[in-house]
Amino acid sequence: MLTNILEYLERSAEKYPDKTAYASDDKQLTYSQLKNGAERIGTGIASLTENMGENLPVMIFMKKSPETIAAFMGVLMSGNFYVPIDTEMPVHRVGLIIENLRPSLIICDAELMDEVDRIAGGRAAVRSYESLSGFDPDHERLRKIRERRIDTDPAYAIYTSGSTGIPKGVLVSHRSLIDYVEHFSEACGFSDTDVAGNQVPFHFDASLIDIYCTLRNGASMVIIPVQLFSAPARLLEHMERWKITIIRWVPSALNMVSTFGALKLSRPSELRKIIFGAEAMPTKCFNYWKSNYPDAFFMQIYGPTEITGICTYYIVDRDFDDSETIPIGRQIKNSSVFLLDENDRLITDSDPGMIGEICVRGSGLANGYINSPEATERSFTQNPLNNRYPERIYRTGDLASYNEYGELVFASRKDHQIKHMGHRIELPEIEAAASGMEGMQNAACIFDERKNRIIMAYVSDALDDIAIIEYLKKRLPRYMIPNVLKKIGKMPFTTGGKTDRMKLREMMIENP
Amino acid sequence: MDELIDILKGIHPEVDYETEEALIDSRIFDSFDIVTLVGQLTEEYDIEIGPEDLLPENFNSAKSIYELVCRLMEE
Repeated sequence: MLTNILEYLERSAEKYPDKTAYASDDKQLTYSQLKNGAERIGTGIASLTENMGENLPVMIFMKKSPETIAAFMGVLMSGNFYVPIDTEMPVHRVGLIIENLRPSLIICDAELMDEVDRIAGGRAAVRSYESLSGFDPDHERLRKIRERRIDTDPAYAIYTSGSTGIPKGVLVSHRSLIDYVEHFSEACGFSDTDVAGNQVPFHFDASLIDIYCTLRNGASMVIIPVQLFSAPARLLEHMERWKITIIRWVPSALNMVSTFGALKLSRPSELRKIIFGAEAMPTKCFNYWKSNYPDAFFMQIYGPTEITGICTYYIVDRDFDDSETIPIGRQIKNSSVFLLDENDRLITDSDPGMIGEICVRGSGLANGYINSPEATERSFTQNPLNNRYPERIYRTGDLASYNEYGELVFASRKDHQIKHMGHRIELPEIEAAASGMEGMQNAACIFDERKNRIIMAYVSDALDDIAIIEYLKKRLPRYMIPNVLKKIGKMPFTTGGKTDRMKLREMMIENP
Repeated sequence: MDELIDILKGIHPEVDYETEEALIDSRIFDSFDIVTLVGQLTEEYDIEIGPEDLLPENFNSAKSIYELVCRLMEE
């Protein structure tokens, strides 16, 4: 049984030393270069954290490149866990994460050293990737560290939007990650002939498939420049040039191609597996891709960060009308996914159409939220169906039902969390940021699913749209910036004194 | 041109469209913004913007977008 995700690296480096593992337009790393790079970084980190213990958080503040993956592996070799951070994230938000995470070390690109030093403000040591690469690998030291690792040790943490205004760090173990990669590789027949076309940022757990299925199978992964997703013809040419065979994209990216019918200009000839998830897939978009790739393998996946990215999958095996919803399918191996009604009673597939909350138990469950015991306790709770022994489940907050085939179909959210451009966003986090602005009397957000846009209504005598956008851009990632701002005279409230979101939705979307 | 600037301001009100020349290259406009913009241009000017027109050089500035719209209106 595999117990450490690094076993994939060792296996592939031995079997495919000179094969390209990860590539971008200007950089490529073979498997042996990747391993050597990781050993150098690992040795460097181990030296710097010598008397600080192990299983420490190491923040990675690097632009997306093959070397970023070498840094991830290096952190794991040093016996610690990595925390990838978006280099375009506003400084204020990075500061909040540093405050919560208390990283032992921050690794960044050399060109970002000054900026990261300023952000860290003495709260963590900062080293460039380049300086750590200067360490000679100390194999004996790394071997000893490795012997002390167990599979429940953390491998990485990913920060997600938090409803209180503070991002939450979800901590995931080697065990969870290995089970996820094993299941996924088998389910989609990932092999050493595959070339993955990476779209998803590394600070987003949807990228785990690209990174680790590639590593496990001795395949190759190509980083697609983000600008190409605004120029579909060039995007498709790029895919053809790199002979990409498999893509795991968010539906928004697939939709960019289908909206403009771009496959009529160029159709990547090697593409044979198309996987999507992280937000609702418009069935019209799916049908466009399916009609252009009738023999390809299509799979929808579902799952929050707290269960290592996916807990259900659906291999598309029948036709869907544009008006139908593609199911999220069935549970992956070593996970149990079930629906509970509002009285915590089990809903089974013999009750198709009955809505319940998706709950999960199994090896995919994250260890919890970093330095947030209360939030961990709220989300990871005792299984109400088991009163015999302690057993944790994760309540996703997502509502679903079974269809006539016994497959799960996503319905909606219980709360104010949304999926936008593949990112998970707590609308109250945007509201909390806006409310901190001087002169802001009230702000509330709703999501227009039909037009896929965040609308923020606000009450203020002193502020205008431009001032608010400028303020939010300094505090929130770009995908959280409202697409539409509307100044209103009075915020609607319920009799209980809360923002009346139903009324607001009516004002903003239904009867604008 | 003023009409076009109004459309652009509706997407990113904070941008100075008189001077900005790297809307795509600097990632001020992402793929979502482009989809939104193209939808509005198609409706407003009764033009058809095809995938072959979706190139950074056509969308990097208000001027280049204006030229694209004029060209497509003539076709």
